[in-house]
Amino acid sequence: MSQVSPMSSMSSIGASARPGRRDIGLGRRYAAERRFRFYGMAAIGFGLLFLFLLLFSVVSKGYTAFQQSMITIPVAFSEQVIDKDNERAANPQKLVSANYPVVARNALAKVLGVDEKDRAGLKAVNGLISDSVRTQLRDLVVADPSIIGTTRDVTFLASGDLDSAFKGQINLDVPEKDRKISDRQVGWMNQLAESGALSKHFNTGLFVNGASSRPEAAGVGVALVGSLYMMLIVLALSLPIGVAASIYLEEFAPKNRLTDLIEVNINNLAAVPSIVYGLLGLAVFVNFAGFPRSAALVGGLVLTLMTLPTIIIATRAALKAVPPSIRAAALGLGASKMQTVFHHVLPLAMPGILTGTIIGLAHALGETAPLLLIGMVAFVADVPATPLDPATALPVQIYMWANEAERAFVERTSGAIIVLLLFLILMNVGAILLRRRFERRW
Amino acid sequence: MSVSLLLLVVAGIGVMGYLAGSWRAGALAGGKASSLHSRPGYYGAFVAVWSVLPAVLVLLVWIVASPIYIGSTVRNGFPEEVKAEPQATQNLDYNMIGAISRGLSLLSAQERTALFADGSAARTVLAAKGVPLAADPAPYMLTSADTLNRMTVASGLLRSALVVLVALAGAFFSYRMIAPKFRARNRVEGVMLGGLLAASSIAILTTIGIVASMLTEAIHFFNRVPAWEFFFGTVWDPRFAAAGAAASAGQFGLVPLLAGTLYIGFVAMLVAVPVGLFAAVYMSEYASRTLRSVAKPLLEVLAGIPTIVYGFFAMVTVGPFLRDISAQMNGLATGNFASFIQAQSVLTAGFVMGIMLIPYVSSLSDDIITAVPRALRDGSLGLGATRSETIKRVILPAALPGIVGALLMTASRAIGETMIVVLAAGVAARMQLNPFEPMTTVTVKIVNQLTGDLEFTSPQTLVAFALGITLFVITLCLNIYALYIVRKYREQYE
Repeated sequence: MSQVSPMSSMSSIGASARPGRRDIGLGRRYAAERRFRFYGMAAIGFGLLFLFLLLFSVVSKGYTAFQQSMITIPVAFSEQVIDKDNERAANPQKLVSANYPVVARNALAKVLGVDEKDRAGLKAVNGLISDSVRTQLRDLVVADPSIIGTTRDVTFLASGDLDSAFKGQINLDVPEKDRKISDRQVGWMNQLAESGALSKHFNTGLFVNGASSRPEAAGVGVALVGSLYMMLIVLALSLPIGVAASIYLEEFAPKNRLTDLIEVNINNLAAVPSIVYGLLGLAVFVNFAGFPRSAALVGGLVLTLMTLPTIIIATRAALKAVPPSIRAAALGLGASKMQTVFHHVLPLAMPGILTGTIIGLAHALGETAPLLLIGMVAFVADVPATPLDPATALPVQIYMWANEAERAFVERTSGAIIVLLLFLILMNVGAILLRRRFERRW
Repeated sequence: MSVSLLLLVVAGIGVMGYLAGSWRAGALAGGKASSLHSRPGYYGAFVAVWSVLPAVLVLLVWIVASPIYIGSTVRNGFPEEVKAEPQATQNLDYNMIGAISRGLSLLSAQERTALFADGSAARTVLAAKGVPLAADPAPYMLTSADTLNRMTVASGLLRSALVVLVALAGAFFSYRMIAPKFRARNRVEGVMLGGLLAASSIAILTTIGIVASMLTEAIHFFNRVPAWEFFFGTVWDPRFAAAGAAASAGQFGLVPLLAGTLYIGFVAMLVAVPVGLFAAVYMSEYASRTLRSVAKPLLEVLAGIPTIVYGFFAMVTVGPFLRDISAQMNGLATGNFASFIQAQSVLTAGFVMGIMLIPYVSSLSDDIITAVPRALRDGSLGLGATRSETIKRVILPAALPGIVGALLMTASRAIGETMIVVLAAGVAARMQLNPFEPMTTVTVKIVNQLTGDLEFTSPQTLVAFALGITLFVITLCLNIYALYIVRKYREQYE
């Protein structure tokens, strides 16, 4: 009962000195607690803020790339310009090399009412038309020479500068000589827009065209095909090899130094900088084995080696998650070890394996650095027919466009990034759905 | 027969073998499957394996060996004065012979006889077939090219015959081996196990490939440029313009590149470590379930965004923003609106890289913090410590080794990161301490040296491999040490 007296004495002290309770620093400590909490929230907020800023910056710069300004006007395929001396029967080459930009320029000048002798005016009119009109009109004429001498409505691309101006991306308050589009051209732009000749269309060219030095005609079509080839190669190689390797390591490998070495190896390979894989690909596949540079095949092989560790780690986790009772039951019923694995464990682990594979593929799809080294930084205008042809990839295309100086290429780059991110989101959402749908908790 | 067609034929033989083997096993069992050692499919698979595997092996050996054999035979046929020339010239000659032989195979029999009668027209004739030659071929080249052609054709025929023969023989012998007591399943499973083992050895082969390829090229480089000049040189000036010219020494000093790499990595860690750690602590100790389930995946999205996107973000958004705001600040302070932060700078690249690294730090540390035993936490809270005190005094010290490991892994990622620094750090190799100025990194220089035309002979190109192996060794050491720490830490609480 000796405790009673101190306690009672304490309470009496407390009662007498209630307002000035003994300071044990609680206020300070709670303040520190609140501060600490605030730091934590601020950290998360900081991360999320920059995620938002990043996406906002890309989307706000890039969403306009999905629309393209087109001019639709009646174009007179004048024999005077295309084939003055009527040689096309004798020399079909004449139609290929004719001066088609002038055809388009004259048509537009006529619509705008610019005099044919106003050379400065004609030059300014020319500045509104994309150079790609040359190939477009040429293809029209070569396909059907009988349209020479007639007048047709043709829709063609506006030039990159007109496109930017029409989308309101060029600040018109800047003095005329400091911007890429003159006041006269702006006037024409408004005139064309009012008459309906100039309008924005969905930009299919972005998804179909190949590389081009003119932003308005450049697209990611070729890069998409190259990326598709590479993803197929990565999938076809890394999934079977990765699954086989993990099955061996997880189910069969004896615990010895060699297996240990392989384990450490795989963990380290997962952390090797991607650019080192590029050097490996360059030295082994291109220089030693003699595969062509810039080919999707080499890119696919390099990305396969890079993705393998990811897939192996994911697959091993999925195999580990299958409870031992499944194995014991199969073995107890007389299945061999191999049958147990392939008939029972592997199917049960499949959702996890596929999820890991998709995530690995998504990673490979966005990888740029190794592809730069094996020569995929190439100006490829034609769709590669086989994986051995020169190709480029979506992230590499982004890199190349990012290095272009023109304003319109910033829009293209952001547009291409949006396309890339959409693919990544699609793959990741697929992986999540797969996991939600098929994952079993034991 | 082309290789793909040959493979198709072999595959066809394999399928036939499978069907025949299973059918024969079934017939031997005579409706009583229990009399067989294995299920019929295994007998079929056994036959298929024996038809396909040896044939494919023979094919592979042939593909590798026959060009070497043909090449040496053709070279032996060179006239004596050509054999006396240096090896490099002979290689050029051989390449030309290869081009001629490609051209010859395009010619009709008539054109060919005409060509052999008068060799001087060879260049024009072949150019018309779309095979350009660098020079008029010497007379012996035509004959050598002809030999090459004939041997290649012969080799192709022989290859097809041999491969098909091996496939058929394998199928036949394995088919003959089928008997009710034959342990087909064990044989097939043995082959499967071999396949699994081979697949897992690819990981080791990759490492060997990385080390061997980079080491050989780096040794070529060190034969031209002394190693100590590379590792301790303080000037980076590869003189690209003079490449190919006789006196294109160039200076390949690693130090400025390494300094830039470490500086940018340091700035990145300065951003990523506090933010990532606080985020991880908050997620694991404070956040409600709902906040955690929303914020954690969102933060991890940062890790899933390709680095090229970060690079673009740094280049067009962060860099110009820092430049403009520094101009404003300078203007407010001194009245002189000149920016003191450049758009491409250590700060820009480091900051954006730091954002990219946040999820790595936070998810790795999150795992480690949650792995600290509940009892430690409860003990501290029970003694009256506030949550933050528990975290600072108990959990973080207990998790420290693991967190250090996680940070080392993050640092190795920062050092190996390429696309952000390529777009946002600049290319000037300088040694200075101002974070507002551009610096360059090892990875940027690898990319710079290897994009464009390549010659595997000039030190300008080979230096990339020396840089690569340096990078590889640094990141490897960091990772191995990190793994070691993490493993040791894990054992502590198991």
